[in-house]
Amino acid sequence: MPVNETLSQFSDWSYTTAVVVYVLAMIFFLVEQSFGRKGTQGAERTRVRAAELVGAGGPPSTTAAEPPAGSAGPTPAGRERSRAERFGRMGVALTVLAVLLHLSALVLRGLSANRVPWGNMYEYTMAICLVAVVTWLVVLRRSPVRHLSAFVLLPVVILMFVGGTMLYAESAPVQPALQSYWLVIHVSAAAASSGVFLVPGVASVLYLIRSRHEKDPQKFARFGPRLPALDVLDRVAYRTTVFAFPVFTFGVLCGAVWAEAAWGRFWGWDPKETVAFIAWVVYAAYLHSRATAGWRGNRAAVINVIGFAMTVFNLFFVNLVTTGLHSYAGVG
Amino acid sequence: MTATEAPPAGPRKPYRQTPARRAFAFVRNTWRGLTSMRTALILLFLLALAAMPGALLPQRSLNPPKTEEYIAAYGWWGELLDRLQFFDVYSSVWFSAIYLLLMVSLVGCLAPRSLEYVRSMRAKPVLTPRNLARMPHHQRAEVTAEPADVLTAARSRLRGWRIIERAEAGGARSISAERGYLRETGNLVFHFAMLGLIVAFALGKMFSYEGQVIVQADGQPFCNSGILNYDSFNPGLQVDGTQLNPFCLRVNGFAAEYTENNQPNHYEADLEYQSGPDLETGTWRPYNLEVNEPLRTAGDRVYLLGHGFAPTFTVTFPDGSVRTQTIQWRPMDQTTLLSEGATKFDPPGVTDPVQRREQQLAITGLFAPTAFLHGKVLSSAGPQLDDPAVAVDVMKGDLGIDSGRGQSIFEVDQSMVDQGRLERVARENLELGEKLTLDDGTTVSFDGVQRWVSLQVSHDPTQVWVLGFAVAMLIGLAGSLLVKRRRLWVRVAPAESAADQRLTVVDIGGLARTDQAGYGEEFNRIAAGLLREARKH
Ligand code: HEM
Repeated sequence: MPVNETLSQFSDWSYTTAVVVYVLAMIFFLVEQSFGRKGTQGAERTRVRAAELVGAGGPPSTTAAEPPAGSAGPTPAGRERSRAERFGRMGVALTVLAVLLHLSALVLRGLSANRVPWGNMYEYTMAICLVAVVTWLVVLRRSPVRHLSAFVLLPVVILMFVGGTMLYAESAPVQPALQSYWLVIHVSAAAASSGVFLVPGVASVLYLIRSRHEKDPQKFARFGPRLPALDVLDRVAYRTTVFAFPVFTFGVLCGAVWAEAAWGRFWGWDPKETVAFIAWVVYAAYLHSRATAGWRGNRAAVINVIGFAMTVFNLFFVNLVTTGLHSYAGVG
Repeated sequence: MTATEAPPAGPRKPYRQTPARRAFAFVRNTWRGLTSMRTALILLFLLALAAMPGALLPQRSLNPPKTEEYIAAYGWWGELLDRLQFFDVYSSVWFSAIYLLLMVSLVGCLAPRSLEYVRSMRAKPVLTPRNLARMPHHQRAEVTAEPADVLTAARSRLRGWRIIERAEAGGARSISAERGYLRETGNLVFHFAMLGLIVAFALGKMFSYEGQVIVQADGQPFCNSGILNYDSFNPGLQVDGTQLNPFCLRVNGFAAEYTENNQPNHYEADLEYQSGPDLETGTWRPYNLEVNEPLRTAGDRVYLLGHGFAPTFTVTFPDGSVRTQTIQWRPMDQTTLLSEGATKFDPPGVTDPVQRREQQLAITGLFAPTAFLHGKVLSSAGPQLDDPAVAVDVMKGDLGIDSGRGQSIFEVDQSMVDQGRLERVARENLELGEKLTLDDGTTVSFDGVQRWVSLQVSHDPTQVWVLGFAVAMLIGLAGSLLVKRRRLWVRVAPAESAADQRLTVVDIGGLARTDQAGYGEEFNRIAAGLLREARKH
């Protein structure tokens, strides 16, 4: 099956444009974050709300009640929408536009080579980033964290830049080992979960910053107050992790089934398998830590950050540095 | 089952310490400590940490030559790491210790939890709290319906919930409802399945085996009848190789397809096999062996791992006798399949061992499926068998075969060359059909090319169990993470309004027992539906 060069060219253009629009959106969000009252306001509101709930006597683990809908209905202070807030909304609009471009880059890639568009590292990184941004858009609908969008877009833009420059590979068919329907199932599960994991990773980093600020207001004095309350960040991290973890488990399971068919054993401690195992155990530790006295909060956030670090490590280090059976990166 | 505090330290009351008591207290405290959640967490961390070197250092089980190279390159440091089992991480004492401790911890965790689970499955939903307004979710309304009607409506609205109705002081009645028990079920299923998976995995390591063999695509049968038939063989701890599952196979052909820029696109080996009763009747069944499509027969699996070429050389000795051999050469470059190898000949009719050792021949060098000559240097322009050629050194002398040392089929024994007992007597490039002549009149011709495939035979009797447990884990995990345990209470109390109208005050409260928020929407929906029903009456 020959490669359709035209489609592949369109895909590349779409990709580049998406990155540019993400950067633009990021700038808008940064404006909102640094000048907007929204940042401090939103943080204030969630803090008040959380305090009410704790006062209500629910057990600690249930203080996570519904947050006030981020942008629904005119709040007294927001009726006259500040300019910064408008920047934020435009940022979301731009992000949606970029997601559409991003999606078409991915789809065109697939069409040009007549296969799923995650056969090499460039495409895989592209898919992960798309999932991350879409996850974030979903999170935005439920939590008042829009002004944090820049911090999610930043790693996405970096990844896409690295992907588009250092990892770029021409559109081509995949080698025989990858010609299996498991490529569709296993890799999409892995990409989906890794993409979602980016969001709790970022939320947990912000959690740690905010928590340092709360302990010592001198630290992050300007930035800290603009972050939402700890429990909002914790909830965003937890909910996304809880969604991604079973998907990740499913991905690892499918990987094992595929390995049984392709490599002669379902588990052989190949570097990629090993790091997936480590990431899995770290995320399991995260879930346990939230149920262990003295480990909630800061330590849980640290564990979640380690989990995401493992995911990234697995993507870059294992693909590019070690040689294992998973060395399909397609990077010369 | 949420917060797990460290167990309280031993009894405060001073009482006589007998050695037996002390020993008992020690055992009990150790057990409690080991099965506490905090310990489990730390063990999980240790497990992750201990697995790490396996990703960073070469592992003997995966790549023995690379491991040896690494150890040699790092001197004492490499040897220290080796002594500490850093090159066999997953069978090391320390890795095993961590996961065994984790298993003990898991069992210790699961036993009481299972009892608790059985108890909680029988228990009735808890009493309705006095003040529902203090619950995270709360709604209150006054309706004109009778309390009994409201309760009936509530019952029908709460189908699928575990419900109990209670009469309270002051004429009020309440329903307490709870849902999401599957969460705990899922959690237990997950943890038990994990236990099962670890056991099945360990058993698999004992009873499995794996063998690699190169088979030429010339229809010669290969049989899984003994370890010696393999080029390499890795038995499990309980496998001695005497009881391999009997089956035979033969490869009749191999085809590889490439894209224009020489990327491999498709591999396929044309195979025949026999197992079970076919062995007696001599029936051969065809199978198309492809990557990702192993042959499964007799409880074993056969995989297509790689392929390469075996050049055919014919040597005509001065006395007129002729010997032909086709030996596999190994690819040096996976994209062009430029290969290297050594085809070795014994002189015919020479019985005197000393003479024999002066006249052995080896044809070594390079093979290119699509020849590309750069001056006289041969390389390969692509993996397809379009224009085969060899660049050979003919070596004569003592091959060292009689020395008792095993030697690679791909190389001559370099020590023989170094000692001057094996010398180069010709160097030439040959295309298919060409021949060269040595000083003594011996001719060597390059007559043909045969393909070979490398196969792996794997046997793992417990892998189905591992899969079953893994699927159970996944299902349990989904239940345990995605199901919400939640409570809902409805209290109805008669009241009088100012207008002397008889009213019913309905209080609805809700509480999610797990910190997965998202209960609010469901609660509001239920409460609204319930009040709507009540107002209809
Ligand atoms: C390889 C080892 C283990 C893995 C991968 C693992 C994984 C998990 C996962 C994914 C959950 C769901 C978390 C949640 O419901 O929020 C969980 C829950 C739980 N696990 Fe484990 N587990 C392991 C070992 C253990 C051990 C050794 C214990 C006991 C000492 C344990 C006790 C628990 C408990 C108590 C929960 C429920 C937490 C809650 O109620 O929220 N686990 N485990």
